[in-house]
Amino acid sequence: MADAPTLTERRATPDVVAFLRRYAALTGLIALLIFNFLVTPHFLSLQTLNVNLTQVATIVIVSVGMTLVIATGGIDLSVGSLMAIAGALAPLIFLSPFGVAHPTLGDMLAFVVPIGVAGLLGGFNGWFITRFQVQPIVGTLVMFIAGRGIGQVVTNGNLQVFHNPTFQFIGLGRVFGVTFQVIVMLVLVAVAAWALKRTLFGRHILAVGGNERAARLAGVPVARVKRWVYAISGLCAGIAGLVVISINSSSDANLVGLGMELDAIAAVAVGGTPFTGGQASVVGSLIGALLIQLLRYTLLANGVPDAAALVVKGAIIAGAVWSQQRARSA
Amino acid sequence: MPSSAPLLVMRDIDKRFQGVHALAKAALEVRPGEIMALVGQNGAGKSTLIKVLTGAYSRDAGSIDFDGRPIAFALPQEAQRGGISTIYQEINLVPFRSVTENIFLGREHRRFGLLDWGRMNAEAAEVLRRFDVAIDVRRPLLDFSTAIQQMVAIARAVSFKAQLVIMDEPTSSLDEREVAVLFDVMRRLRSEGVAVIFITHRLDELYQVCDRVTVMRDGRTIMTRPMAEVDKLHLISAMLGRDVETVRGHATGFSDAAGKAGDEVLSADGLKIGRRVRDARLEVRAGQIVGLAGLLGSGRTETARAVFGADPPDAGSIRLMGRAVAPREPADAIALGVGYCSEDRKADGIVPEMSVRENLTLAILPRLVAMGVVDEGRQRSIVEKFMKRLAIKASGPEQKIRELSGGNQQKVLLARWLCADPKLLILDEPTRGIDVGAKAEIQSLIRELADQGLGVLMISSELEEIVEGADRVFVLSDGRTVADLPHAEASAQAIMAAMAHEDPAATGEAAHG
Repeated sequence: MADAPTLTERRATPDVVAFLRRYAALTGLIALLIFNFLVTPHFLSLQTLNVNLTQVATIVIVSVGMTLVIATGGIDLSVGSLMAIAGALAPLIFLSPFGVAHPTLGDMLAFVVPIGVAGLLGGFNGWFITRFQVQPIVGTLVMFIAGRGIGQVVTNGNLQVFHNPTFQFIGLGRVFGVTFQVIVMLVLVAVAAWALKRTLFGRHILAVGGNERAARLAGVPVARVKRWVYAISGLCAGIAGLVVISINSSSDANLVGLGMELDAIAAVAVGGTPFTGGQASVVGSLIGALLIQLLRYTLLANGVPDAAALVVKGAIIAGAVWSQQRARSA
Repeated sequence: MPSSAPLLVMRDIDKRFQGVHALAKAALEVRPGEIMALVGQNGAGKSTLIKVLTGAYSRDAGSIDFDGRPIAFALPQEAQRGGISTIYQEINLVPFRSVTENIFLGREHRRFGLLDWGRMNAEAAEVLRRFDVAIDVRRPLLDFSTAIQQMVAIARAVSFKAQLVIMDEPTSSLDEREVAVLFDVMRRLRSEGVAVIFITHRLDELYQVCDRVTVMRDGRTIMTRPMAEVDKLHLISAMLGRDVETVRGHATGFSDAAGKAGDEVLSADGLKIGRRVRDARLEVRAGQIVGLAGLLGSGRTETARAVFGADPPDAGSIRLMGRAVAPREPADAIALGVGYCSEDRKADGIVPEMSVRENLTLAILPRLVAMGVVDEGRQRSIVEKFMKRLAIKASGPEQKIRELSGGNQQKVLLARWLCADPKLLILDEPTRGIDVGAKAEIQSLIRELADQGLGVLMISSELEEIVEGADRVFVLSDGRTVADLPHAEASAQAIMAAMAHEDPAATGEAAHG
């Protein structure tokens, strides 16, 4: 019992550090909110909130899957391309003669099929990476390049313009004044955060990312866990792709989800999930995405050009990584 | 022939890592034109000594004289320019570049500011011809076999005008014919007056090429002798620190009781795995501790991993719980009731960022799940039970395992398997790197578990552990099971004799190679 006090002392320091590290992004977010209340005109309005949440929703949806992938020590570059594929497929379905003849069934299939295809292609990423022991950055690079090509091939490279209120509810609809995509985002974040903490699958993800060899020797089905994680990342990208085309009332496989992989990775990084795997915070990724978004909004609302905002965004990511490394070496 | 003035004299070398002595008054002396063997168990300090010599580590105390002058290299590159070249186990060359480029990397011949390829190709071919290697030096290195690549590494070393070449386990990835070629090269170097330090775990090889041998143990130099004056048994006992006429005392936490053997839980025969394991045989019965002894590199870990399904064997049969099986993944063996604690806790055991609770229940997690959700109440009660039973010292089940001491980490890993209620537990060096108190605790726990009917396969480099703890001992040497000794016959002497292949009764395979 004599060594009990030293034990608590030893634990005290890492706890403070862990707390700061965990909530660095949150602290930044709160500071930015306070700054805006004081400085930015008309900041405190439901419209401002809705604009910001709506703009950030797709990034958050994608970064939910990305967080899980990164928790296994991997990365998924293909999310933007999978968004483009999902976005290209949906209008093809509900604009097809069949979709026009059976609008209810057509709209339903226009949700299920594109998201399912994106999930399958994500699963293919996982299969490719585990079967051939390819590094994830290279393995998903294949789909990053090929995916956008697939999207353009199925649409012949055409812009598809449409007006379909039922389908577009996913991007434009409102429930109690909140855009539906924001609800989708919050539900996905909540489910993923819960699953990561409480389910067998979630614990296996963290074990694989934390020490793959040890996990395998303890009987964890490493390859299966990885395949599912990339499949889920694909599903999230599919959902995000449908949200984007709904907002735009059009689908252009050239543009949907362009650069999304980097935005999602940035959100995960700022949110405090280390890229070495084994630890992850889905809520952190949400906060990270909100922080980046709000920073950009703040700069724009106060007359700073978008180009300069990009520089600040880079600085934030660098700062986040720096604070994580300090936290770990401490 | 060896002249009297030594080429290299290292004296009283001390090196500490975080206060722990890796080297304590270590010494090494090499004469020009001699092949010096450097041997010792894992952690004996061989590679630390070499790294101090080549400047990869700085020394805390001691002196190094090379070619009559005191030296202190700060970088391996300096040592190379100073006449000491090192060839590592993994070849440190650039696979995609040509043989010539690899030999001349960093000191290319130039003419009018351009690379003089003609001259470099000619010189590269010339230096390789000295070793009877005739290859197209313009082809990329990866086109050639490992043995040729090793020759290129040696050619590179020699073309640096090296007076001393250090070879760190160069034969581990070579087949027998390639080893013979390498030995020819070593003899040729010797005849040209170049000294060689040869590190290997295969004792047979020493007698083929070495002039003298230096034995290290626990960071100290134990002895240096002409090779012809030491037989294998003495060499092994010097490495392990056992007297040949050692007396069995109670140095471990094992009580001497030999368990009653129950049903067979494991039998393996004719196992062949890669180059390391050629013909391994094992048998474990319920209630028995079976020791698996052998020198480093004898294939103990490889055999254990094959049984567990971590690296499936190339040939041979495995029976678990009386059933013929071919486990391809650890999960297959686990499902049959096998557990495996690896020798490398950090790389293969703990998930460092996870809590004691999560690490302890990692293997049984699928059993604690209802509809995919972990039943944390049950999880907690299991964790508490085993933390108490194994006296795991932690601030609580939620403490991260990386913050625990080595002994407590090992207890958590043991508990990871015990809570799965296995029938066979494979323990690879269960007490390595653990303080004395925890060591005895773990040893008596293993005995207690065996008495309750668990079959244990225990790999250990510590002879006491095997001699006192095991009810039956299998000895591996060079990938073959060379002895199968019951507890009564498993004296340190008998085990060491088996390691040295000097027991003709053990197997008819002794006359191989």
